[in-house]
Amino acid sequence: MAIEIAGLRKSFARNEVLKGIDLEVRDGELIALLGPSGSGKTTLLRIIAGLDWPDYGKLEVDGTDWLAIAARDRRIGFVFQHYALFPHMTVRKNIAFGLTVRPQKTRPDAAAIAARVDELLQFLQIPHLADRLPGQLSGGQRQRVALGRALAIEPRVLLLDEPFGALDAAVRRDLRAWLRSVHDASGSTTIFVTHDQDEAFELADRVVIMGEGKIEQIGTADQIHDHPASPFVARFMGATIELPVTVTAGRASAPGIDAARLERRAFADGPATLFVRPGDLTPIADPAGLWRVKHVSSTGAVLRPVLSGPGGQEITVEVLRRAADTLTPGQTVLLRVEAGTLFPDTLSGRSGHSQPVPEQKPVPVKETQI
Amino acid sequence: MTTASARIRPKRVLPGFTLSLGTTLLYLTVIILIPIAALVLTGAGIGWERFLRFVTSNSALNAFRVTLVAAGIATLINAFYGLLMAWVLTRYEFRGRVILDGLMDIPFALPTAVAGLALTALFSANGWFGGPLEAAGFQVVYALPGIIIAMAFTSIPFVVRAVQPVLEDLDPAIEEAAKTLGATPWQVFYRVILPAILPAWLGGCTVSMARSLGEFGAVVFIAGNLPGQTEIASLLAFIRIEEDNYAGAAAIALVLLCMALLLLLLSNLFQIRAARYREGGK
Repeated sequence: MAIEIAGLRKSFARNEVLKGIDLEVRDGELIALLGPSGSGKTTLLRIIAGLDWPDYGKLEVDGTDWLAIAARDRRIGFVFQHYALFPHMTVRKNIAFGLTVRPQKTRPDAAAIAARVDELLQFLQIPHLADRLPGQLSGGQRQRVALGRALAIEPRVLLLDEPFGALDAAVRRDLRAWLRSVHDASGSTTIFVTHDQDEAFELADRVVIMGEGKIEQIGTADQIHDHPASPFVARFMGATIELPVTVTAGRASAPGIDAARLERRAFADGPATLFVRPGDLTPIADPAGLWRVKHVSSTGAVLRPVLSGPGGQEITVEVLRRAADTLTPGQTVLLRVEAGTLFPDTLSGRSGHSQPVPEQKPVPVKETQI
Repeated sequence: MTTASARIRPKRVLPGFTLSLGTTLLYLTVIILIPIAALVLTGAGIGWERFLRFVTSNSALNAFRVTLVAAGIATLINAFYGLLMAWVLTRYEFRGRVILDGLMDIPFALPTAVAGLALTALFSANGWFGGPLEAAGFQVVYALPGIIIAMAFTSIPFVVRAVQPVLEDLDPAIEEAAKTLGATPWQVFYRVILPAILPAWLGGCTVSMARSLGEFGAVVFIAGNLPGQTEIASLLAFIRIEEDNYAGAAAIALVLLCMALLLLLLSNLFQIRAARYREGGK
């Protein structure tokens, strides 16, 4: 099922949670909605499910207007963050629920339902839990039951809200691979919400990064990692160091920094901000360097020198301990930039710069069409 | 070495367990257990034959019948309206919800005699409700409906207060899950919500029934106490005492006690059933 979303807006009271979402999901695709809490990703998922309704916008699935269809008629599988299993029903009855509530005409007979549930129990590798109550299951087991219950109705679209959020790390990794195989086997279009980057990139075909009610970027792991579309994405992807630089002829430069390894790119001359990951900066011992090592901590594999720069800026970088030069407090270094992304200062919203920041100004919405 | 291998006794986190438990048990004994024991002993002292005679006398049988029928109907009414009230109080946000919620406790706080007087005034031939009803040929005061209304009034909070917290705790996601799976609103209610609140609801109803069986103050005013027609069991026990017939009073009281204990047992069984679902948390 191909999903087409356009101009979707949603407010709760005065708070605009979705500020115009445009998104196309291809049939059979596995999509991750990734973003910090409050970015509107769960609201978007709930609107697709029919549990919330947008104020404006379009939601079409294979050309049908889904905003005219109630949740129960959309035939979606929704997996809730805390599973929301029916506490008084056994695993078997939980999974069968979606089939047993069908109107008599379309309801399979009892034997067919039982066979379908057995098949799902087998598929989910939990046949031994069939007669347990949800209260007697572990988190990972409940997650499997929740997914089985959603899959039982052969959903056209599978939606998962933080599917692994409440599980511990080992179970998460396990279920991640398993969910991918479930998706591939069922052939449904799947959208899941997460705030975990690893999870999103490892699992999804494409990742949609959301921030404050807008889609910041859509792409694969590599695209988003190497070419963040906005300062927000850059920061979210771990580029926490922001260095003020001057761009001339597509090259960034700043005192004490060697940015020669950066690709040359079309960029207006003038001041800009370079977003860099702590691991993409290499301190090189240089008596004439303008950065000074304040102190160095070690995690064993990684050294974390804290450096203070010419403008009084203080940053923490990461270098592999085995590959690193010896760094001693008080020593001066040159900073070599291995990779990074440039943004004009008007976009970066850096403090200390006087330019207005259009992104953070609320834009009055007058649009009432659609 | 021997000291090192001695078993270490864990210290309780909260001190004063012995003292507080002792006090509670003593209090429980003085206030509840001894009176009940006295009643049982008095009843036992009557002798089986006399006991049966007291309890199966015409007036006693009639009183039990009136009490049971009235309490049964009152409980049915409370079961329905109590559930509705709990639903309204938990499911909807509206102005005055907090006030309505507070009003729910009035039957608990109000002296039952006051409730009885108020209801009698309202339903008597020249009362606001009683006039039109009587004109329509429907007798409330000094008749069974009056007893039922008095019983329902004093015991409805039991149902509301039993169901309300369970409804509040119900995860909204569970209903949403049912919806996404294709359930109609009615199916969501009777397949998902009702089973979840059923034990608490039945528990509240049994306690409400127990309370109705023993209701005295509110009922005596409105019932008119016509022997054999609107005389309830607890009133009959009172009359027996007035007649200095302690044994007769004790026999009737003992039957009421047994009914109450039976209902309490039932209520607790429902609670245990409810706890089964919660095992291991959400």
